[in-house]
Amino acid sequence: MNTLNLLRIAFKALERNKVRAFLTMLGIIIGVGAVIAMIAIGQGSKKSIQDQLSNMGSNMITIRPNSNITAGARLDFSNVQTLTQQDVDALKKKARNLRYISPASSARGQAIFGNSNWPTTIQGVGGEYLAIRNWPLKEGVSFSASDLTTAAKVCMLGQTVVDNLFSNEQDPLGQVIRFNKIPFRVIGVLTQKGENAFGQDQDDIILTPYTTVQERITGSQYFQNIFASALDENSTNQASKEIAYVLRASHKLKSQDEDDFTVRTQAELIQTFSATSQLLTVLLAAIAAISLLVGGIGIMNIMYVSVTERTKEIGLRMSIGAMGRDILLQFLVESILISVTGGIIGIGLGMFSSWLVNALLKWPTLVAPSSVWLSFLVCVATGVFFGYYPAQKASRLDPIEALRYE
Amino acid sequence: MKKKIVQIDDLKREFIMGDETVRALQGISFDVEEGEFLTIMGSSGSGKTTLLNILGCLDKPSGGTYFLDGINVRLLNRNELSVIRNKKIGFIFQAYNLLPRTNALENVQLPLYYNAAVSARARKERAEKALQAVKLESRMYHYPNQLSGGQQQRVAIARALVNDPIVILADEATGNLDTRTSYEIMALLQELNHQGKTIIFVTHEQDIAAFSRRTIMLRDGQILKDVMNQQVRSAKDMLTAMPVTNEY
Ligand SMILES: Nc1ncnc2c1ncn2[C@@H]1O[C@H](COP(=O)(O)OP(=O)(O)OP(=O)(O)O)[C@@H](O)[C@H]1O
Ligand SMILES: [Mg+2]
Repeated sequence: MNTLNLLRIAFKALERNKVRAFLTMLGIIIGVGAVIAMIAIGQGSKKSIQDQLSNMGSNMITIRPNSNITAGARLDFSNVQTLTQQDVDALKKKARNLRYISPASSARGQAIFGNSNWPTTIQGVGGEYLAIRNWPLKEGVSFSASDLTTAAKVCMLGQTVVDNLFSNEQDPLGQVIRFNKIPFRVIGVLTQKGENAFGQDQDDIILTPYTTVQERITGSQYFQNIFASALDENSTNQASKEIAYVLRASHKLKSQDEDDFTVRTQAELIQTFSATSQLLTVLLAAIAAISLLVGGIGIMNIMYVSVTERTKEIGLRMSIGAMGRDILLQFLVESILISVTGGIIGIGLGMFSSWLVNALLKWPTLVAPSSVWLSFLVCVATGVFFGYYPAQKASRLDPIEALRYE
Repeated sequence: MKKKIVQIDDLKREFIMGDETVRALQGISFDVEEGEFLTIMGSSGSGKTTLLNILGCLDKPSGGTYFLDGINVRLLNRNELSVIRNKKIGFIFQAYNLLPRTNALENVQLPLYYNAAVSARARKERAEKALQAVKLESRMYHYPNQLSGGQQQRVAIARALVNDPIVILADEATGNLDTRTSYEIMALLQELNHQGKTIIFVTHEQDIAAFSRRTIMLRDGQILKDVMNQQVRSAKDMLTAMPVTNEY
């Protein structure tokens, strides 16, 4: 029998039982819809985290002080002070895989301009900081080398600070604001960067030379961070090893000592977060796959009922010349038609619901073509797998007994 | 000499039920020539259906030989039997066995779906012609539940004709119908027989057997007698003679 006839026969058989076919399909529709939507949510959050992290500057390397274990207790990060100007100089001199280096030390405080005041963070950084963060200025200029050496009271404002201190008509450039009562002249405004992957507002910041923060605000010799950027994305691992080597030498650590600093590359961060959301995706997909399995069992159940109910039809078909194989294929094609039609509707439903989740809940979603293909193939496989045994049962019936069946 | 459609010799069929062996057919021999109208009669349990199932290649004999159109059926496997049924045999059942929720035209086309050599267009044309032959051209798109018993049986006859079989096998084909409708069916079969169709018709009603030229009587799986009817009645004439009374 040719394939076209096979499809015609199976299609007509389903047509005779439209409602039942649809109800059977429902399990698959819901299963596939769930798979598509869940994977879309998982992939969407993964992609948005990745985008945000790489937006921070993909070559960026962060060095933080790290406590040695003191009497079994780790100290709070903010109390740990191991990074110094000497380290920065050593890195500048010896680390050959680094393009830019900038120390950073920050302080919380109150910014005031005219009648407005705003609690914010002042971050003292080096001249290369903006290049490391991949962060252009909207207007104005960055501070100069002499501003650094003289601990000049100049600053660049993040957009959030601008919005909270200045009215719309006012141009912040050239104005003098006060931070913890110290006057700072505004020489630049940063472009808006938005929230980072952790939901913090990156624009709520005042940038100033690190010397200014150290000498005029914190009075501390130590840095909270050293930021650096590798030559390119491929050399970040090399660079981070190099940093560790240089810093261990600079801190005169013995070979058995633990590092008293932590080097983190952006790529590692991305990996950590990707792994988390990967796990989320897998979990969601597993839940969805179970519902697909239940849908498949539903098909098998209905196909068994259908074979029993249509025993007489099977007997008749055999008596007029259907071979066992024809009957097998007929029922197999029926179950594949059910599962594939259900799958296609389910894919549509899944795409629609991920769009809906995105539109209503503002969650990022991403319908990956691979998940569509995969669930389509799974549907075909489900149809074959769960349709096979009922179909085989049908094909093995004895025509005489089947005809006599009431 | 006419072609022999069916040649059976010492045909046996035994059913083994646990310790017991049921001898449904115990050595049956006869030939059927092309163009014959044969009825097989006998009391209940005499082996009529068993014989017809073997003639229809639905079942295989336990002993003896069966040649259909010169082919030794005992040598065929399951699939080959299917092909024989599809090409050479037309079945008519007591319970019509039409597919529900499927119109007459589709029902009649059914055997041709299993013949890859017949195109979709030829399939439809042949089904239409078969329905014309049973005078149901006006009911092509009716569903079985919209047809009377007699009409349903005529659809079934059209289905049996559509593959142009060498023999039509009917098992109690009028068993579910009233006398008048039975005669209509017999008139149709007689007409088909006049056009050259070979028909083997199982019945246990004497008046139905009287429409055929030849009758084989079975008893306990053996042939009791094999007789030619001297006076074959015409179902068509009897129908016209029948008073069209309203009995109720
Ligand atoms: N599948 C089977 N298994 C066991 N015994 C069977 C089977 N089919 C038929 N028989 C036996 O074979 C004998 C002949 O049965 P068959 O159905 O051929 O009779 P029949 O002449 O068609 O009767 P009826 O007029 O009632 O239809 C019966 O004794 C029956 O019990
Ligand atoms: Mg019988």
